[in-house]
Amino acid sequence: MVDGATILQATKRPRLIRWSVALAALAGAVVLPQFVNAYVTEVATTALLYVVLCLGLNIVVGYAGLLDLGYAAFFAVGAYTSGILTAEFGFNFWLTIPVAMAAACVAGIIIGAPTLRLRSDYLAIVTLGFGEIVRIIARNLDITGGASGLVGIERPEIFGFKLMQVQHFYYAFLVLALLTAFVCLSVERSRMGRAWFYVRYDEDAAAGIGINRVSAKLQAYMMGAVIASVAGCLYAAKMTAISPESFTFNQSLLILLGVVLGGMGRIPGVVLGAILVALLPEVLRGAGTYRPLVTAVALLAIMLFRPNGLWPDKRV
Amino acid sequence: MALLEVRDLRLSFGGLKVLHDISFSVEKGAINSLIGPNGAGKTSLFNCLTGFYKPKGGSIRLGGRPIMGLAPHRITALGLARTFQNIRLFKEMSVLENVMSGQHCRSRHGIVSAILHLPSQLREEERIRAVGTHWLDFVGIAEHAHRLAGGLSYGDQRRLELARALASTPELILLDEPAAGLNEREKLDLVHLIRRIREETGITVLLIEHDMGLVMQVSEKIVVFDYGQKIAEGRPEVVRVDPRVIEAYLGSED
Ligand SMILES: Nc1ncnc2c1ncn2[C@@H]1O[C@H](COP(=O)(O)OP(=O)(O)O)[C@@H](O)[C@H]1O
Ligand SMILES: [Mg+2]
Repeated sequence: MVDGATILQATKRPRLIRWSVALAALAGAVVLPQFVNAYVTEVATTALLYVVLCLGLNIVVGYAGLLDLGYAAFFAVGAYTSGILTAEFGFNFWLTIPVAMAAACVAGIIIGAPTLRLRSDYLAIVTLGFGEIVRIIARNLDITGGASGLVGIERPEIFGFKLMQVQHFYYAFLVLALLTAFVCLSVERSRMGRAWFYVRYDEDAAAGIGINRVSAKLQAYMMGAVIASVAGCLYAAKMTAISPESFTFNQSLLILLGVVLGGMGRIPGVVLGAILVALLPEVLRGAGTYRPLVTAVALLAIMLFRPNGLWPDKRV
Repeated sequence: MALLEVRDLRLSFGGLKVLHDISFSVEKGAINSLIGPNGAGKTSLFNCLTGFYKPKGGSIRLGGRPIMGLAPHRITALGLARTFQNIRLFKEMSVLENVMSGQHCRSRHGIVSAILHLPSQLREEERIRAVGTHWLDFVGIAEHAHRLAGGLSYGDQRRLELARALASTPELILLDEPAAGLNEREKLDLVHLIRRIREETGITVLLIEHDMGLVMQVSEKIVVFDYGQKIAEGRPEVVRVDPRVIEAYLGSED
């Protein structure tokens, strides 16, 4: 039998350090708005939005190893579902969240069920198309406000307190990010989470040992979709106005970049990648017209020197 | 009734006929072997049995139940597990996580109960871990539970693949050249292990093997393949002196 004590000895210290770092980062995030101006809080809120989106996409790309090039579509499904229901039908914001989650599930099944039976590369193409279709639909329907977008989305209330200021939404997104991280961590360490990794590392061996690969992939794809849709609800509430241009292919790429940059797979790396993706444009503001060039060079450098991401998925 | 019953199985790729009307059976509790020169179609037969290849005709029954045409994961769930000729572990995952994969089809908790940390989900995780540890212990690599599978020695990787298949609690286990690449000492351990599988668990074993000595030692029945055809079948001492078998083996490079 394995000697449990020796394993504990070996893993206890790094785990202690990891939790200390995580707690310190959390404490920093909680007090941050007290020390910085509204602009920095705004940027930090965007960073938290990307943390949620990247954690969600990481389930698809990092856990299950599927390439999704249209992830922003599910973000849009959430934002528009919540936006339309509150602005046009007077729904309570909190009630729109389950509706948006259900809508994302349905969209995930429609796209995923036929595609995930095929070879993995087909998914990239189909999701790319899906991302564009959702955006074009949003541009052309009346109910979505067409190209100019949807305005007058209600601000959410909680226990009679209305979320209004940047700071309020900063904390709302912080709670959502923490919740998402908890959910991801719970699933990552469960039966279905392991199944995703089995399928990602060796699909045939996974099938041979009894894993339904299509079902496992579909569940990863749908769980990713649901997380993006919840982020979309809160995003719509924060902006009060949304337009199709918030959900472009570029948006999908940016989220994917965050996942890949941080090192696909584990949560700390993905959080780091998401924050980088949100901060890079701000940090490079001084570079003026050279910004795209500097961004590209910076990314190339990272990929050259840290091909597995900044904080790679090192198991065990 | 035999545990595994294969009848008139045919397989071809384009114009290439890989299996010609193969029929044989494996009794419950037996250790049987499948031998034959390289390219005879042994691995292809395993791939048909486990649902990876779609045969052109014939039938496959496991415990009387037709399994031909089912997806691989369904067949595993029905009690047929396998190892691969070229080891197929989840190399980037821990040894324990590898063996735990076998219990996937014997457990049921999904995403929602994992998020809610339901007591029954936690108990199930506990059980999956315990079963995994049991089989690691059975094949003798429990002390490596928390190492990466890819970091194990070649012999231990073979043991892990065996443990992983056993962890799906099959009725029949198919081993594709389990002794390939092992030294004499490791082969002896393997013979011992294969015997223990039957004696301690009652699981039926069908193995493909090149090493005639090993095959003669462990199996009570041998099926011989050549060019996709069954050329002999019977007890080791009978098959060994069968002129067609001798010719197949002398005629090939092996
Ligand atoms: N997927 C495949 N596509 C085409 N030919 C294949 C495929 N799998 C096996 N074969 C052919 O089937 C024959 C038998 O191969 P195999 O079953 O691996 O033999 P063995 O395991 O007895 O050495 C070989 O001629 C091989 O090239
Ligand atoms: Mg072979």
